[in-house]
Amino acid sequence: MSQVLIREVFPVAAGAYETAGEASAAIKRKLKQLGVDSGVLRRVSVASYEVELNLVIHSMGGTLTLTVDPQQVTLCSKDVGPGIPDIDKAMTEGYSTANEEARSLGFGAGMGLPNMKRNASTFEIQSQAGVGTSITMGFRLDGK
Amino acid sequence: MTLEDLIALTGAQNMTPELPLDTQVSCGYTCDLLSWVMAHGKQGMAWITVQTHMNVIAVASLMEMAAVIIPEGIPMEEPSLEKAREEGVAVLQSDKTAFALCALMAQSGLPSSRPED
Repeated sequence: MSQVLIREVFPVAAGAYETAGEASAAIKRKLKQLGVDSGVLRRVSVASYEVELNLVIHSMGGTLTLTVDPQQVTLCSKDVGPGIPDIDKAMTEGYSTANEEARSLGFGAGMGLPNMKRNASTFEIQSQAGVGTSITMGFRLDGK
Repeated sequence: MTLEDLIALTGAQNMTPELPLDTQVSCGYTCDLLSWVMAHGKQGMAWITVQTHMNVIAVASLMEMAAVIIPEGIPMEEPSLEKAREEGVAVLQSDKTAFALCALMAQSGLPSSRPED
């Protein structure tokens, strides 16, 4: 088991558009302080913002957990529902179930999950309808 | 091109005069879908959007953009401007359309965000 340098949990409230992005900004600051490479930092920033927005738009609330070890940054999102009935469909670029409020703010392009996968070195998603969704993304510090 | 050059070029009003004017602008872009911008945004970008809420600043800050330009005289809400100042994201306001702003930037040699364009 690798040595854990940082482990921090950020709660994200459902529907909190006003504060959306604050967890991602805090994560970015922490990683910057650690001297994480700017390319890796940008990829983590994009993915963390997307996953944070997903919690705000789609979930009934959840948490984002940041873990850093000497090899990689890991972001883990867990929520308490409603879950994704068809993950393959949700992973398709352009497919979105965002509501009118989210769309009026410029979200709901159906780019969130594909964008996370594109930016992460490893991407795992598990979801159960009525229970919740968890997403774990790894970002290798060597940029691979 | 610096932020100062961009302001001179567009005649836009600088809504964040506290921020440095020597920031380098790398490319220009326009889009109002924030998720799309998260996928295609670039560092140092000058991003034109009619969206004015706080999440615009969050996206611009996370992507380390040089500036957000709000076209057609649309005002940005004060809380968004406050956040922009906090996060160090320059906000410019212009009476011109997004099209006219893009044309000005392109004519002055500012590249697109995609090298293949």
